[in-house]
Formats: sequence, C-alpha cells, structure tokens
Amino acid sequence: MIEIEGVGKSFNGLTAVDDITMTINAHEFVTIVGMSGSGKTTLLRMINRLVELDRGTIRIDGVDNRNVPGPELRRSMGYVIQQHGLFPHRTVAENIATVPRLLGWDRRRIKARVDELLLLFQLEPEVYGPRYPHELSGGQQQRVGVGRALAAQPNILLMDEPFGALDPIIRNKAREDLLAIQKRLGTTIVMVTHDMEEALALGNRIAVMDAGKLIQYADPAEVLRYPASAFVESLVGKAERPFRLLSFSRVADIMEAGPAEGPAVCSDLSLRDALAEMLWHGASSLPVADGNGDLLGRITLEALTRNGAGPG
Amino acid sequence: MATTAASATKQPALHIDKPGLLVAGLALVALVFLPFATFRANRIVPGDAVALWNAVPHSLAIVATLVIAVVAALSLVRSHPLPRLAIGAGILAFLFVLIGLSGTHLTPEGDRLARVSPASGFWLLVFAFGLLVTDALSRLAAGPLIRLLLLAGFYLLLGGGLTIGLWDDLSLMKEYANRAASFWNEGRSHLLLAVGSVAAAILTGVPIGIFCHRAPSLRGAVLNVLNTIQTIPSMAMFALLIAPLGWVAANVPGASALGIRGIGAAPAFLALYLYSLLPVVANTIAGLAGVAPDVREAARGTGMTSLQRLMKIEFPLALPTILTGVRIVLVQNIGLVTIAALIGGGGFGVFVFQGLGQMAADLVLLGALPTVLLAFSAAVILDVLIELASPPPSGGSAR
Repeated sequence: MIEIEGVGKSFNGLTAVDDITMTINAHEFVTIVGMSGSGKTTLLRMINRLVELDRGTIRIDGVDNRNVPGPELRRSMGYVIQQHGLFPHRTVAENIATVPRLLGWDRRRIKARVDELLLLFQLEPEVYGPRYPHELSGGQQQRVGVGRALAAQPNILLMDEPFGALDPIIRNKAREDLLAIQKRLGTTIVMVTHDMEEALALGNRIAVMDAGKLIQYADPAEVLRYPASAFVESLVGKAERPFRLLSFSRVADIMEAGPAEGPAVCSDLSLRDALAEMLWHGASSLPVADGNGDLLGRITLEALTRNGAGPG
Repeated sequence: MATTAASATKQPALHIDKPGLLVAGLALVALVFLPFATFRANRIVPGDAVALWNAVPHSLAIVATLVIAVVAALSLVRSHPLPRLAIGAGILAFLFVLIGLSGTHLTPEGDRLARVSPASGFWLLVFAFGLLVTDALSRLAAGPLIRLLLLAGFYLLLGGGLTIGLWDDLSLMKEYANRAASFWNEGRSHLLLAVGSVAAAILTGVPIGIFCHRAPSLRGAVLNVLNTIQTIPSMAMFALLIAPLGWVAANVPGASALGIRGIGAAPAFLALYLYSLLPVVANTIAGLAGVAPDVREAARGTGMTSLQRLMKIEFPLALPTILTGVRIVLVQNIGLVTIAALIGGGGFGVFVFQGLGQMAADLVLLGALPTVLLAFSAAVILDVLIELASPPPSGGSAR
C-alpha cells in the first residue's frame, strides 16, 4: 500500500505538485493521467525518491519512504520509463539481472530468474539473453525494460509512459501482456500516462491531475459518468464516453430472460462489442450463449442504451 | 531495348579506381623522373642521384621496373580490397629489399666511407604503395585482431630484415651502427617520456573530467585554463618551464635528488603532461555527457548508488571517447618528445638535432623513422582498444 499524504513539491519557486493526498492499495493498478506539466511524473518520482518531496509524507506499507536510503528504496520497486533506458553495453540477460546483482543474489538464482522473466515475456532465453539491446525491436526492448523492473520481484511497479514509444498495434499487445502479468503476480502498479484511453483501459482507479493538483481519483466508470470538472470531461472526450462506459460491463451483467432471434452473442463479450453486433445485424435484441454455445437468455438494445447513458 | 543493349556492352568495361589512379600516377612519376638512391663518397659531401637503372644490377632493374609498372597498372583497376592489400604489401616489401640491394650494389668493395641513401623516387614509391595498402585496409574494415596481426607481421618482417643485415650497406644503418648503444637508450627515454606523461595525464585528467562532469559550474573555468595551456607553442613551453623548475631544484629539499632540474627530462615531462591534460579532460567530460539521459535515469531508477552508476554505467559507456582522447595525446606526445631533446630531455630527437647540426640527413632519419613507427604503432594499438571498449556494433545475428 502506498499512502500519499499532503505531498507537495516546488522547483525554483514554481509549484509542480500541490498538496496531493491519495492511497494506492496493494494489488491495485492505478493510472495517473494529465497533460504534460501537470506534475504526474514528479508525483511518481517522489514515490521512489528520484525526486525528494518538499511537503507531506509518502508511506510504503506503513513506512515513511524517507526512512529508507534512496538506492535501497529504489531496488525494492520496479521502475519503467518511456525510452526503456536499457544499458547499451550490457546484454539483455545482464540488463534484467541488474537489480538482483545489486542485491547480491547468487549466480544460479539470477540465471533462473532471468530465464523465467524472458519466458514470461515470450523471449527465448538462449536466443535473446546474450543479445544486446540494439539488436531487439522496439517492442522487445520495452518488454526487457519491464522484465528488468520486475527482476527482484518487487511488490510495487512504477511506470512512466511505458508504452509511449511503441506503435499502436504493439502498444495494445503490450498493454494486454501487462494486465495479464499484473493479474498473475499481483504487483501494485502505478502508471503515468497522458492518454486517457490508456488510463481508462488499464487502471482500476484513475487519478486525474492538472496543474499539480489531484482533480479526481475514482474508478473508470465514475470518471466517465461523473467527471469532476470540465477539464476531466474534456480529457474523456464527449463523443467517446458512452462507448467507453459500455466497454466496462459484460453481456452477462445486463442479460435478461426471454427469447430472441439472430446469432447468439457470448455472455463474456463487453457491452461495447455486443452493441456493435446488434447494430451490424440490425437487431433490437440478440440471444446470449455461454462459451459452450448453450443459450442463457437475451440482451436488448433498450438495456444497452440504459448502460451507456450518463447520469440524469 | 536500346538501353539494355547499351548497358550490356558497358558491363565488361573495367572501372577505374580513383585512389588507384593517384597511386599509379605517383608511381609513374617516381619511376620515370626521380632518382631511386643517392650515392656519396663520404658522409658530408653532396650526393649524386642514381636512377633505379643504375642503383641495382641491370637485370634486376628491368624486373623491378616491370613489377612496379604491373602493380601500378593493377591498382588502377577497381577490384576487391583483399588482393589490393596483398599486392600493395608485397610491392612495399619488394621496394625495401630493393633499396637494401642497391646499397650493396653501389658501395664499392671495401669502401667504408661511401654512403648510399634512399632518394626521392624510393620515398615516393613507398608513399604511393603505402596509400594503396591503407586504402585497402580501410575498405576491408578489418577487425581489431586482424589489424594487430598485420602490425605484428610488419614488425616481424622489419626484424627479419634487420637480422639478416638487409640494409647494412645503407647510410642509415651505418649511422645506427655508430650509435647502437645510445640509440636504444634514447629510445627508452623517448617511450618513457611519451607514455609516462600520458599515463600521468590519464591518472589526473580522468578524475578532473569526472569532477567537472558532476560540478558543471567548474567545467568552463577548468577547460579554459587547459585550453590556454594548449595554445602555448611547444618550444616556448619548454623554455618557460626551465626557470620555475630550476628554482624548485635549488630551493626544495630533495627535489634535485629526484632528478628535477631546470633542463633535462623533468621540464620535458611536465610540458608533455600539461599538453596531454586538455584532450584527456575534455574527452572524459564529453564521454560522460554523451551517456543517454534515459540510460542515466534508468540507472538511478534501478537503485544504483552514485558510485555504482559511475563505475558500472557512465564510465564504461564513456570509455571509447576517453580512449580517443588518449590516442590523440599519445600520438601527439610521441612526436613532441622529439623537441624535448632541445632542452636535454633525451629521446630520438637527440639524433634529429645532431643530424641537423652535422648536415647529416641520414642521422636525422635515424631519429625520425623510429618516432614515426612508434606513433603509427600507438595509433593502431589504441584504435584496437577503442574498438574493444565500444558497445558491439549493429548487425551480426540481429533479428
């Protein structure tokens, strides 16, 4: 758990982060979203003390992070940056082994961990371990960067625009992989991004920052339905709102009993995809089936409409 | 149709190699217009120019002219660098054998005063085919190990030639024979001065560079001072150091026991050291500044301490740039040591200045040639080190 309490930071008299209080629970995936200069990166860097805070406290699992020496604190957390920052004179395996080496793990344990991580990121250890970073594609470099951050099994992973340098198709794949890994390892993730779409797609909760202040801190559906200010509303994008809202719920959530004509949709499908199916087939209702194809009920356009509507 | 026919007829035409054109032109000029060797009845009198035709037995002169002409013609045609390197190295070796033979041929039996030296034609031929070799080498982009092996091969041939006395009848080797003991002594002090001053510059310059990198406010001042030192002409620098070091020797107890004097090796060493400082410090700063910001950030983010970042990330990444600075000063100092002989610093410059004083060009050569060889070898060896210190180049087994 990360408790941020009344934290502020100024650079040369200019306030970058202004009295922010928020709590990030264990195993949560929190995205911090804002424009450039909103103070989001500074806030992130104060958690592992790459930037020292001026006011307030940050506690990691109850311990004030200033009670731990900076390098030691940073070894206990993963840190991923946009330009991945792989060490060009070290092989992929050596890059991943950075923190375990600093922690003095024995060689066999390091090798086992490096191989494990390479496999986790779908990189064949024998093939990719001995290569140098410049021999990898952008997507592979990014995965190695995340692998290096996860090497010493940190409970917390801090990420600063980790997918910013990737092209869109690879970026989507990287996001999915990250979500799967988070689900599997239970790592607490704090990710900074300027992209509201990314923030909504990845975060359990979203912190919206503007001019150093925390404007809203809530789950994605609430941010969409009840934006705390006109600024948040503009970040979300009016035209996209209902569709984004629909993508948070699944067909099973609004299924009702009764018959319907047409091809069945899977109960696992997001409402957004279900709406697309209905529009495509020109149907006002469609039958719902489970993964095995057994009919469970139906979904109606009316119910869908209700779910995509904003408050009032 | 017409264009394909045109290109089809064009295909077999030989392409002229541009560096090869220069090589062939120079070789032709040397062969036709310039003397191959100089003959003098004794060490001091002006010499007579001797053409290749008369410098060696006529039969050999015919063969040599043909061989040189054929190689010059071959270098005109664009071809793979490997055979170019082979024929270039071969013809150079041949030229050095030839000049040795001309010494034997031109020196009258039992005449111990006669002097034979290489003349302009010989040197121009060596220069021309040297161009061919260096051009082929750079096109081959040979790996570090190959280059070291080539250097070793060169010294092996040189040593072989010296051992069998190939050049014993040349004036240069006669000058050497008269000074064999002092040659090696001066050689040792030459190397000690050049390498020692660079080593001292590395030991102090690299820490200064690191310090300047970490404290940017100091950087400007330090670099300005070092820049100013660099602009002092070397002659003036040696002269300027005589007075302060003389004072130190006279007034600091124990200083003169350490060999510190106003003239001699101490001011030479100090001057060379001061000249070396700027390139070493400036390249250390540039190398450290060249480390990508994201790499620096990542190193901090993984929890490396300041010292660990310096030793494990910044310094290794800056090393090629630092070594480039070392290469510059080492080659520069090997040359500069020659001038140190003026203030009694020793080194091969001793022969250069003796030769100048006695109007004996071959004695000048005895000082100059080993200096050139040393500088050349230092450059090759440091280039190899720089390449080994650099992150592996792209390509290879990637993707």
